[in-house]
Amino acid sequence: MLGLNKKDTTLLIIVAIMALFAPFILNPFPEGSSMAQMFNAGYPDLMQRFVIFGILVIGFNILFGLTGYLSFGHAAFLGIGSYSAVWMFKLIGMNVIPAILLSMVVSGVFALLIGYVSLRRSGIYFSILTLAFAQMCYNLAYSVLGNPASSYNLTNGETGLQLSLNDPRILGGAVSSEGSLPVTNFFGIAMRDSVQLEIGSWLFTFNAGYYLCAFIMLISFYVSIRIFRSPFGLMLRAVKSNQQRMNYTGLNTKPYTLAAFVISGIYAGLAGGLLSSMDPLAGAERMHWTASGEIVIMAILGGVGTLIGPIVGAGFNEYFKNILSKINDSVLHQWLSFMPDGLEDAIVGVLHFFVGKGWHLSLGVLFMVVIIFLPGGLVEGGQRISRLFRRKKTDDDADKASHSTPAE
Amino acid sequence: MGILEVKNVNKRFGGLQALGDVNLSVQDQTVHAIIGPNGAGKSTLLNVLVGKLVPDTGSVMFDGQSVLGRKPFEINQMGISRVFQTPEIFGDLSVIENMMIPIFARRDGAFRLHAIEHTENEKEIIEQAEHMLESLNMADARHDHSAAMSRGNKRRLEIGMCLAQNPRLLLLDEPTAGMARADTNATIDLLKQIKEERDITIAIIEHDMHVVFSLAERITVLAQGTPLVEDTPDNIKGHPKVREAYLGESA
Repeated sequence: MLGLNKKDTTLLIIVAIMALFAPFILNPFPEGSSMAQMFNAGYPDLMQRFVIFGILVIGFNILFGLTGYLSFGHAAFLGIGSYSAVWMFKLIGMNVIPAILLSMVVSGVFALLIGYVSLRRSGIYFSILTLAFAQMCYNLAYSVLGNPASSYNLTNGETGLQLSLNDPRILGGAVSSEGSLPVTNFFGIAMRDSVQLEIGSWLFTFNAGYYLCAFIMLISFYVSIRIFRSPFGLMLRAVKSNQQRMNYTGLNTKPYTLAAFVISGIYAGLAGGLLSSMDPLAGAERMHWTASGEIVIMAILGGVGTLIGPIVGAGFNEYFKNILSKINDSVLHQWLSFMPDGLEDAIVGVLHFFVGKGWHLSLGVLFMVVIIFLPGGLVEGGQRISRLFRRKKTDDDADKASHSTPAE
Repeated sequence: MGILEVKNVNKRFGGLQALGDVNLSVQDQTVHAIIGPNGAGKSTLLNVLVGKLVPDTGSVMFDGQSVLGRKPFEINQMGISRVFQTPEIFGDLSVIENMMIPIFARRDGAFRLHAIEHTENEKEIIEQAEHMLESLNMADARHDHSAAMSRGNKRRLEIGMCLAQNPRLLLLDEPTAGMARADTNATIDLLKQIKEERDITIAIIEHDMHVVFSLAERITVLAQGTPLVEDTPDNIKGHPKVREAYLGESA
């Protein structure tokens, strides 16, 4: 189907079903229960982040997973996409489609320039160059191009770029009917519109913005599968495997790696445009180097070079970040109330550093555990489990057929 | 006039004269071996031929065109393929994928963005790759992980990948270094077979005299960066200067 083989089609369909039913899957606990407070993730803001960061990491994986070039500046494209989209909302109108298109074009142009220079080097030097470019972009956005007093105020500095009632919005709708700021929409459907469904004590929220993002994520995922399975993808994997042999195979690798860099930059710009479309606000912190690091972490967490890994990694990271920052000392006391008081206080005292504002620490530990025990990321964990089951099954089959095939 | 003409090539690394006035002429469709003791400049010469190093002076002409100043991939496009001392293959890829890449490179030139086409639909490329593997007796291994193969098979695959581009000149850098006797003989047989089946020139840099005398039609002896003699294998065997160069070094 759609030019994919059976295995890839199945994967695409599974991801599509997961995305479609995410409001159910992510809300397993009844509304109002203490478990729901902590572990339910089926609210629009978080679901949007799942799929948007999914897109970002899918794109990053096209570069890092296929060519092995580790970009440490991908957040720059995310930020550039965000600013472009907000400018589109300020100047043109509140429809998200032109905004998303502009964010892809602008980040693509930046990726072409940054990639052209950075790809002159490989390995660690490439990473450092991309990091330097990203920090340059960050500083431009934060101070140089963001001085509200100057006439070149493109980014509005540390306040961040916001909509205002004085914006032109030449396609109309500069001010909503109530006289407040208009909202982003997709041909009239407001991004923040939600439909709620109550079944028993469960409450499920279906958000228009989420479904738009999820649909775009599915297209992005489909394109990434096509790239992975194409001759172009094969060439990129060959570059990762042995650049030396590639150079002596009559092939100029530069256009291939540059194309991969630009595609991946466009993905990041698309993600940035979507972030702004969901909430029309763009700040320089999106381009900070820690944001670039987080993209790398999400990719490695999920499984570099695998198709589904980026989505898993992005979801895992966002979910745990969200939960861990919600847990605080009183919640811990509540959970551990069955213990003797002294012990309870001691354990809470230790765990205190890992939850709430200390969520970085827990996520860091989780990341280390995954890297040490599952170098191939969470996808490798899944593969190991499925192999365990499959081996049991084939052993049974082999016994029945009374002949065995040599083990690999 | 040979297919490869090296004239007055000099290359200096600091105080070391790696190549001093090297003149070499490789005739079309011959097997030409370049031998010499360690440090004779064999590898430097090879790196000049493939564009990895630029000589200080002199010229290198391949088929009437200068190779100097060109990038390795451009020299490869002129028709020179290189086999490395340690087999350089795409270890992360399967055997058939390894073989498909040079065929893609030959068809598409430097760049073609077929990002949406499915590799499975490239019937012609797959067919050529399988045909090539069959001629190497490697058809059964086509879906194997190439990094897991023996050194002899990696070498066989690497030579096959070079041949898949129909080169006019095949450069081999110690193709049997670090190989078991059986693998060495298999490689010699493979090269003999290639010589018979194709209109190809082979230039070979080698330490192993068994390999050299089984294959070469002409031999150039390098010592201290300068060609000592160039002659047929029979004449080289008894040549006093060659003995001196080799024995002098080992004594």
